[in-house]
Amino acid sequence: MRLKSRHLLGLEGVSRQDIELIFNTAVTFKEILSRDIPKVPTLRGLTIANLFYEPSTRTRFSFELAEKRLSADTVSFSTNSSSVQKGETLKDTVQNIEAMKVDMVVIRHQAAGAPHFLARCCNTKVINAGDGAHEHPTQALLDLFTVWEKYKKIDGLRVVIVGDIKYSRVARSDIWGFKTMGAEVAICGPTTLLPYEVERMGVEVYTRLETALEGRDIVIVLRIQAERQQAGLLPTIREYVNRFCLTPRHLAALKENFTIMHPGPINRGVEISPEVADGPYSVILSQVTNGVAIRMAVLYLLSGGRLPNSRRKAKAS
Amino acid sequence: MESDKLIQVMDEVAVARTITRIAHQIIERNGGVEDMVIIGVRTRGAILAERLASEIERIERVALPIGVMDITLYRDDVQNKLEQPLVQKTEILFQVADKIVILVDDVLFTGRTARAALDAIIDFGRPRSIQFAVLIDRGHRELPIRADYIGKSLSTTLEEKVVVKIKEEDGIDGVLLGGR
Repeated sequence: MRLKSRHLLGLEGVSRQDIELIFNTAVTFKEILSRDIPKVPTLRGLTIANLFYEPSTRTRFSFELAEKRLSADTVSFSTNSSSVQKGETLKDTVQNIEAMKVDMVVIRHQAAGAPHFLARCCNTKVINAGDGAHEHPTQALLDLFTVWEKYKKIDGLRVVIVGDIKYSRVARSDIWGFKTMGAEVAICGPTTLLPYEVERMGVEVYTRLETALEGRDIVIVLRIQAERQQAGLLPTIREYVNRFCLTPRHLAALKENFTIMHPGPINRGVEISPEVADGPYSVILSQVTNGVAIRMAVLYLLSGGRLPNSRRKAKAS
Repeated sequence: MESDKLIQVMDEVAVARTITRIAHQIIERNGGVEDMVIIGVRTRGAILAERLASEIERIERVALPIGVMDITLYRDDVQNKLEQPLVQKTEILFQVADKIVILVDDVLFTGRTARAALDAIIDFGRPRSIQFAVLIDRGHRELPIRADYIGKSLSTTLEEKVVVKIKEEDGIDGVLLGGR
């Protein structure tokens, strides 16, 4: 089996078939993670570079663990300890790393489209680990997988994404993914944090939390970044809390067997109250566990088609 | 492929007799079935493993734990393939440490699947021993691997095809040999 693309740059345009292939593969990897020795030799000899131009704990850890569980060799880099400080461009950095025979690059970058640029100018396979406010495909895949595991389907589920939609790459990837898998998706947030013409993505838009939650199966709560208030998009954090913080009193409006999700890191008491974040319906920690399995599945499925070194040389000459 | 030119080398009765014989051999060689577990390689090896286990149960009145193994992730050619094989779940819900593991597959050919299966089992723990049972040994090993229990040895050429059919997957039991 094979994914349509040789890179994973975003979920926009990724087919239902491909998403299901990733799920079915992730089920196997989840079982491997529960073993005494949670490691398989599948990607031995493959070298993966993790380029994190933006801070990240969860995603970076999750990718590195996934790579190690598959026995790949990894090199990681973060901006403050690298030549980026000396003014090296993205293309130069990657071409240099490529010259050291790296097979795959996992990249997080503050600029939307950076992974796409790399995919065009380099021969390595590229996985987007978050680009600006554009996409974060592996996060959305693990959200989808977590829901799929619990409900055994995604078709027909009613999903609402609450918070800073405008600057959220998770929201965008989630919208594409959930829509492809047949869910009904709505978004909710203050108007200043909703993107222009977002209706064109085929979502319902709400500015009142209570209305948005009615009859929903899944609530995805996004993190509110303090910078947004400084930028004048929120009058005060306190006003946001009053209008959009998910608290136990909101839960009655949801469907039975509802699920609360959050991509992390959580600002307790800002976008979600601690009681809700730690409630029995919250799957926030399973999301993290599933993240490793999903990333293993993506790495495995994208790893094919590599020529052994001997043949690679013959082809080059 | 010239599928009409396949010759039958084993029919349903022969397959059943062979499984019964292998069951007896396993019990004889190990002096019983204490500490024994059975692991089949997906897909047909897993079904054969179940049949072997029920034969052993009929003879010894002991139900052995049965596991299923998918060796895709242990193959030595994963990264060279353009299309990644679909990985299926491995289900070994028991400890293999200090057990006698009977590994079951349908055909032994190059030995690469067996090599991958051995590595996979050892990642689950350190068994006391691993014994390998196959329905068909068709020769042409590429690795120093042999089976402990063999249903039938066939002399084949590399171009020939050995097709094992199992009721649960293919509707009938039997072994066919063909090609040029």
